[in-house]
Amino acid sequence: MSSSTTASRSLSRAGRRARGRSRGRSGSLPRHRGLIVGFLTLPIILYAVFVLSPYVQAIYISLTDWTGFARRLNFVGFENYTRVAHDDLFWTGLKHNLVMLAVLPVLTIGLGLFFASMLNIDRAGRGVRGSSAYKIVYFFPQVLPVAVIGVLWQFVYTPRSGLLNGLLGTHHAWLGSPDTALAAVLAVGVWSSVGFYVVLFSAAMGAIPQEIYEAVALDGAGRWRTFFQVTLPLLRDTVRVGLIYVSIGALDGFAIVQLMTVGPGGPDNATEVVGLTLYRRAFADGQFGYACAMGVVMLFMTLTLAVILQSRRREVGR
Amino acid sequence: MKRTVRRSGIHIPLLAWATVVGLPLLWMALSAFKNDKEIIDDPFSLPSQLHWDNFGRAWSQASIGRYTMNTVIVVCGALVLTMTLGAMAAYILGRFEFRGRKIVYYGFAASMTFPIFLALVPLFLVASNLHLVGTLYGLILIYAAYALPFTIFFLTPFFADLPHEYAEAARIDGAGEIGIFVRIMVPLARPGLVSVAIFNFLGLWNQYLLPIVLMPDEKQFVLSQGLAALAVNQGYQSDWSALFAGLTIAVVPVLAVYIFSHRTIQAGLTAGGLR
Repeated sequence: MSSSTTASRSLSRAGRRARGRSRGRSGSLPRHRGLIVGFLTLPIILYAVFVLSPYVQAIYISLTDWTGFARRLNFVGFENYTRVAHDDLFWTGLKHNLVMLAVLPVLTIGLGLFFASMLNIDRAGRGVRGSSAYKIVYFFPQVLPVAVIGVLWQFVYTPRSGLLNGLLGTHHAWLGSPDTALAAVLAVGVWSSVGFYVVLFSAAMGAIPQEIYEAVALDGAGRWRTFFQVTLPLLRDTVRVGLIYVSIGALDGFAIVQLMTVGPGGPDNATEVVGLTLYRRAFADGQFGYACAMGVVMLFMTLTLAVILQSRRREVGR
Repeated sequence: MKRTVRRSGIHIPLLAWATVVGLPLLWMALSAFKNDKEIIDDPFSLPSQLHWDNFGRAWSQASIGRYTMNTVIVVCGALVLTMTLGAMAAYILGRFEFRGRKIVYYGFAASMTFPIFLALVPLFLVASNLHLVGTLYGLILIYAAYALPFTIFFLTPFFADLPHEYAEAARIDGAGEIGIFVRIMVPLARPGLVSVAIFNFLGLWNQYLLPIVLMPDEKQFVLSQGLAALAVNQGYQSDWSALFAGLTIAVVPVLAVYIFSHRTIQAGLTAGGLR
């Protein structure tokens, strides 16, 4: 659900790869010491103060009872972590994050693959007619501000005058009833990110050599067999990258829930996510130490997930 | 014959998804020109007449104008700062060999895997200790700090791959190191700088999490915060048309940037997607 970070991660990957290729630099210490120090100092300070130090401090603060405003703070060990384990709201939020983790990758990656193969199915050297226009339209939600997406969809789901009920001829309060609220939020997540994967997978499909398809076509393979036995295996790495992005996004979900749902997180905590619980504990309840403990738990979950998805690939790759 | 029919059948699901994507946005833009009665009673009709006054009301009464100005100031400031510092750091990391280079490089890289909301609480404390909470320049610094890792990551290999001959020739001619950077390296790296700047613009314009923590005062709200607040307020006042106008105002800049640079954006993703 996080929109711009996904794109930036993807770009940075290109950066990392290109970096491995580059050899031979033009200068070295001590001849350029002044330049090196001069050019690096400001970026490093800015980054260390505002990015790195908060992450490090979070671990320390999570071991204290700090309210954030009082001067005093006491070291309380792992007490906050014990409290997290007994916090019902945390577990409710985590459950919903896990539902997102189960649903979002399947729908987003699945639809992304489906539309990408549709666009690239004409193997006569080019895509389906108008494929670049489709890609432009599909990708558009990816560049929308998340606030616009959230507020707009809130109105799409409005009971009386909303777009969805108008189309269906119903008057259902999609975000107002606990049965449909989470699904309604998930649908927005899928809506906003499918286009990104269509573009990503289209690019990967475009790079598959034409001869492979010609050979399979001679063997008389149908469209489905071609997709599952040729296209998908060749796209495995790109799909895995996509899975990592979607999964990390599924463990967040803060912005869209906060913008769209009643409460937010409601009704009846039906759309609560961990990010929202953390935000509320910190900035509404003034429990900074406790909120940090929650953040550290989520950090380890995210890292664990990333490691699992990475290592799975290594096993398969061998 | 059969082949033609099957081919046009492909367009059915493709058009269906295009509709799913486009319809809410079209509905938003049309609603921005209606009055409230039309929005509530005929959600699907075309506007009976174009109510341009909705935009005026959103811009001035609902403060969208002020939020837009705040956003423009913060995004432009952060963009200049990020691109300057990012290009400097990437130039050094890409072209000079020195002890600790890898540590600096991967130090910048590390934070890209952490979700931002984990850093929120301590970041708020850091900002408040430095008296940066609720100030536009504080948000500029922090936006820039969070955009730096990606900027450096993308630009470092870009600088590393630039040809060495020009710089060497300039050095022999007696040019200073800063002159070489500004007059030779930056122009050579322009394509990379432009793509990164586009991505940073979209990312910063759309930022929501950082401002809601760091900008508690309504006067300093950025556009995305302002829209969220407006959605709540207009809900009470039932001024839906102004809200839709506000949403439309917020979309126009990103739409413009996207339409003009979709090739660059897709090329950037492609470079990342292919392994």
